[in-house]
Amino acid sequence: MRNSKAASLFPKELVIESLKQSFVKLNPRMMFRNPIMFIVEVVTFVMLLVTIWSAVSGDTSQGSFGYNTLVFIILLVTILFANFAEAIAEARGKAQADSLRKTREETPAKLCIGNKIETVSSSQLKKGDIFICEAGDTIPSDGEIIEGLASIDESAITGESAPVIREAGGDKSSVTGGTKVLSDQIKVKVTTQPGESFLDKMIALVEGASRQKTPNEIALTILLAGFTLVFVVVCGTLKPFADYSNTAITIAAFISLFVCLIPTTIGGLLSAIGIAGMDRALRANVITKSGKAVETAGDIDTLLLDKTGTITIGNRKATQFYPAKGIDEQSFVKACLMASLSDDTPEGKSIVELGREKGIRVHDLNTSGSKMIKFTAETKCSGVDLPGGTRIRKGAFDAIRKMSEAAGNKYPKEVADLVEKITSNGGTPLVVSQDDYIIGVIELQDIIKPGIQERFERLRKMGVKTVMVTGDNPLTAKYIAEKAGVDDYIAEAKPEDKMNYIKKEQEGGKLVAMMGDGTNDAPALAQANVGVAMNSGTQAAKEAGNMVDLDNDPTKLIEIVEIGKQLLMTRGTLTTFSIANDVAKYFAIVPALFMVTIPALAPLNIMHLHSPESAILSAIIFNAIIIPILIPLALRGVAYKPIGASALLRRNLLIYGVGGIIAPFVGIKLIDMIVSLFM
Amino acid sequence: MNTEILGVVAQIVLLIVISYPLGKHIAKVYKEGNDCMRFMAPIERFIYKFAGINPNEEMDWKAFLKSLLIINVFWFFWGMILLVSQGYLPLNPDGNPGQSPDLAFNTCISFMVNCNLQHYSGESGLTYFTQLFVIMLFQFITAATGMAAMAGVMKAMAAKTTKTIGNFWHFLVISCTRILFPMSLIVGFILILEGTPMGFDSKMTIPTLEGAEQTVSQGPTAAIVPIKQLGTNGGGYFGVNSSHPLENPTYLTNMLECWSILIIPMAMVFALGFYLKRKKLGYTIYGVMLFAYLCGVICNVHYEMAGNPNIDKMGIDQSCGAMEGKETRLGAAATALWSVTTTVTSNGSVNGSHDSTMPLTGMIEMLNMQINTWFGGVGVGFLNYYAFLIIAVFISGLMVGRTPEFLGKKVEAREMKIATIVALAHPFVILIFTAISSYVYVYHPNFVESEGGWLNNPGFHGFSEMLYEYTSSSANNGSGFEGLGDNTYFWNYTCGLALIISRYLPIVGQVAIAGLLAKKKFIPESAGTLKTDTVTFGVMTFCVIMIVAALSFFPALTLGPIAEYFSIY
Repeated sequence: MRNSKAASLFPKELVIESLKQSFVKLNPRMMFRNPIMFIVEVVTFVMLLVTIWSAVSGDTSQGSFGYNTLVFIILLVTILFANFAEAIAEARGKAQADSLRKTREETPAKLCIGNKIETVSSSQLKKGDIFICEAGDTIPSDGEIIEGLASIDESAITGESAPVIREAGGDKSSVTGGTKVLSDQIKVKVTTQPGESFLDKMIALVEGASRQKTPNEIALTILLAGFTLVFVVVCGTLKPFADYSNTAITIAAFISLFVCLIPTTIGGLLSAIGIAGMDRALRANVITKSGKAVETAGDIDTLLLDKTGTITIGNRKATQFYPAKGIDEQSFVKACLMASLSDDTPEGKSIVELGREKGIRVHDLNTSGSKMIKFTAETKCSGVDLPGGTRIRKGAFDAIRKMSEAAGNKYPKEVADLVEKITSNGGTPLVVSQDDYIIGVIELQDIIKPGIQERFERLRKMGVKTVMVTGDNPLTAKYIAEKAGVDDYIAEAKPEDKMNYIKKEQEGGKLVAMMGDGTNDAPALAQANVGVAMNSGTQAAKEAGNMVDLDNDPTKLIEIVEIGKQLLMTRGTLTTFSIANDVAKYFAIVPALFMVTIPALAPLNIMHLHSPESAILSAIIFNAIIIPILIPLALRGVAYKPIGASALLRRNLLIYGVGGIIAPFVGIKLIDMIVSLFM
Repeated sequence: MNTEILGVVAQIVLLIVISYPLGKHIAKVYKEGNDCMRFMAPIERFIYKFAGINPNEEMDWKAFLKSLLIINVFWFFWGMILLVSQGYLPLNPDGNPGQSPDLAFNTCISFMVNCNLQHYSGESGLTYFTQLFVIMLFQFITAATGMAAMAGVMKAMAAKTTKTIGNFWHFLVISCTRILFPMSLIVGFILILEGTPMGFDSKMTIPTLEGAEQTVSQGPTAAIVPIKQLGTNGGGYFGVNSSHPLENPTYLTNMLECWSILIIPMAMVFALGFYLKRKKLGYTIYGVMLFAYLCGVICNVHYEMAGNPNIDKMGIDQSCGAMEGKETRLGAAATALWSVTTTVTSNGSVNGSHDSTMPLTGMIEMLNMQINTWFGGVGVGFLNYYAFLIIAVFISGLMVGRTPEFLGKKVEAREMKIATIVALAHPFVILIFTAISSYVYVYHPNFVESEGGWLNNPGFHGFSEMLYEYTSSSANNGSGFEGLGDNTYFWNYTCGLALIISRYLPIVGQVAIAGLLAKKKFIPESAGTLKTDTVTFGVMTFCVIMIVAALSFFPALTLGPIAEYFSIY
């Protein structure tokens, strides 16, 4: 999936299909959705009538048959180009979604009916059905594990080769169709109707059937329609003005002027830009449930990020052993390792690892006959009882302290200082005791992901506030927040804290995005303006959010914000470009209209175009070919640079505004030089 | 430096220097009411009591507009009745008759919309009574109406989230008592000192130098001229407006009157910055407008002072500039400056004949009115700019990758719809009416003949005359290319229609946008927010205005002044 990013913008088979679609889309009922191109289609039809009339009657007062035919063809090509832009964007989106869908189509499913197991095709599975998957099976449908545990290869969806564990109950119970079970056996309940999975919904969005215009798109369409209307008046009133000046203007010239002036460039590319936005999200392995969600992502003011996995790597790691006074380091480390032997938590494992770095290996220790004590919420500690009766415990400092004081031992001051020091450095202290004597402290540290500071800095420049959500105590949270460079943090967070924070921000007029996976995240995901659910998350979370991230990558939010911004920027810059183009087009066509009857106006022909006919043809040819030239930009999106809004405006205004004024002067002149060779 | 140019520079400097403190004063008047004119409060209270107004009642934008429109309808009938019956009313020493109903209709609408297009001559068409209680009254209250609308918009823009935008009546009254009235008084006194008549005597009969007898009209001229200029009204006391030696006797009064045209519109932009506590925004907008104004001034002063090359070829000295249609006591430069000043605002008073100016001067005059946003009429000037600002905000908001917002409010489909209609209605009205008149002129020559032939000049200039008339009507300006015989049924009706559409549609639209935005949730600024008070954004707005508003007139202007220009030079 990932490598498709590098694929070319125009794969051959998509181009052929899109070419076909460009003609299919000529159907006026389909064109009507795009008012600007629809008007172009109407005038093209008028041009067709004029062409036929000039052929039949032989009257050349409306220009020669050849000239009219040429104008007609160029206008038709303009529409086809616009249709092609939309078609190729659709085709790319569809191809991307299809390749995701293909992985899950037509795989055999082991359906449970009562006690029997029947093999059916995956397409026959209905919501509520229960099927079984064993090692080596491909999971036939999205669902929720109701029994068992399995390691699953999700690389088909996420591109990540390391297998993941999924088990019944809790937040890791959901499986995705198309992924592969590597070990063990699970019983899965189907959660979606066939044809209603998120992917199916996304494909429908791309295909246009259920594609709705986003609020910004509507506002822009209104503005463009307004411009179009004004140019209807500008061109329509020109007829009596010309009559007054005894100038005859051909219908072809009127239509050419009109088509050149109305914003066809942005009009033709508008829907392609929108589709490409969703497509880019999909390429980032994010399924969006509406085009609006992508657009909203660009407006996000506040980003809620979970500390673990987003800001820090997985879990805490042991970084240092601090033996208490009078305790030998070697024996302290040994004791620590003993206490962590059966501790399967990442913290426990990291202690063993750190011990190995200190030269003490687990299998050198004599552990036979020892009894492992598991961590419980009541004792808040774990450890080991050795055969000799020695009890080693490690745990939160207050738990161990209580235990040791209960046995009548003093809590050493230097240990208290150590605990204080570690906490204020953002670490978590684990206090270790042997037979209720405190023998030292292990420091656990959060490891901040490399490069995350730069990403937060980038977000800050975009104007996005980052908020870290963590279960840690405020002191640790503050330390990590400062170190990672987030703007705010929620410490000792409960699920409702997230919700309250989102509501508070929204009351201040801000748009909030968050990512979540658990069922208890669902209300907050629904409340957030952009809620991204992880694909590994529960069904409830996925239903509540408006995007699903197939990679389960918490830093994805940052990418999504940029995709949203790119989408808006592409629209804005191409609108500017389209409108700026008008300056040159006026200077190409207006002198051409009047130069014959009012020779005094010759100095207005500042481009020195060859003849009135060549000027008009050059202008409409430029107007047509600029659309395919800009298709790659529309599909890829204008690059976002977090340099502050004013600098960004200046930059884009220079490139697309000034460029939009100059480019057509150069382009039209060049085309005119070529056209004049044939005239 | 040439004295004429020195005069122009001095006047512009005087405008800029005084508009700043005046802007502060205006902001105070509308905001806290603790301005230096607060001693007028008892008079205001009397007015409120007399009219049964509760000045503290907050209105939402709909109620605000309702009050505005209702009072306008009332004034319309008030004016109609007085004008028709003026022959029987007092203060009519010259015994002028009442206006015919159709002329009264035209006059009323024209003054009600702050346009002051005149199809009568003040000397014979009005009495002193109607000069004061229709013309002068309307000139105060229509100016105050525009200012009140602006005050409402400012209040809406300043608030974080609000449903109400202030009290229309309150804004209306204080605009008169604290801004227009005191300033008119000062300007009036200076005019009297310079020789402008102020009295109620009938026409004077004086012997001329040649020994013949001449009757000279007079009256309460000094009372009316100041508000004519300050309120961007422009309807002259005498038929020939400020080129009349009693309406504008000296170079000093000329400077003062020209200054009066632009001072309040200029100060309004500063006032916006002070009111919103966004001085930089005020400066940026002021800068854009001033730049456009100065471009026009430089162009016009240059072409008028250079004279007409064709006349030059005939051996007639053009060293004083193109003096056709100009007053020798004022000179070419002063008339050129006035021509720009009166057209960037919706004033329309003249001190020379626009019809006789050089082609590109005429084009600048038209272009100013076609764009209609450089300072503009009192109050409404910024409102016109506001619609383009919203469009510029929208496009540039998208360009920086954020849903567009202006002063913390999201600009969405509904506001865009209104802004688009308002911004584009203007070219619509002008082009369509000019097209109709061109069509009638070409295809129904008999009808045109029955109306007196309309055009005094054929060719490009004739087209300019028609284009100018509708441009002036639509911009609520009121000046004319007087070569056009415009006192006919056709022109009376079509211009009247253009007047009404172009006055109320923008006011309603812009107050509505401000009201709609005000209701929205306030979004605090962040690094991603587009700043609207930067030079870049100023340039952006300027470009949007030039491309959208100016370029739609390019084909029409090509057939008028541009063609004329190229055939002279």
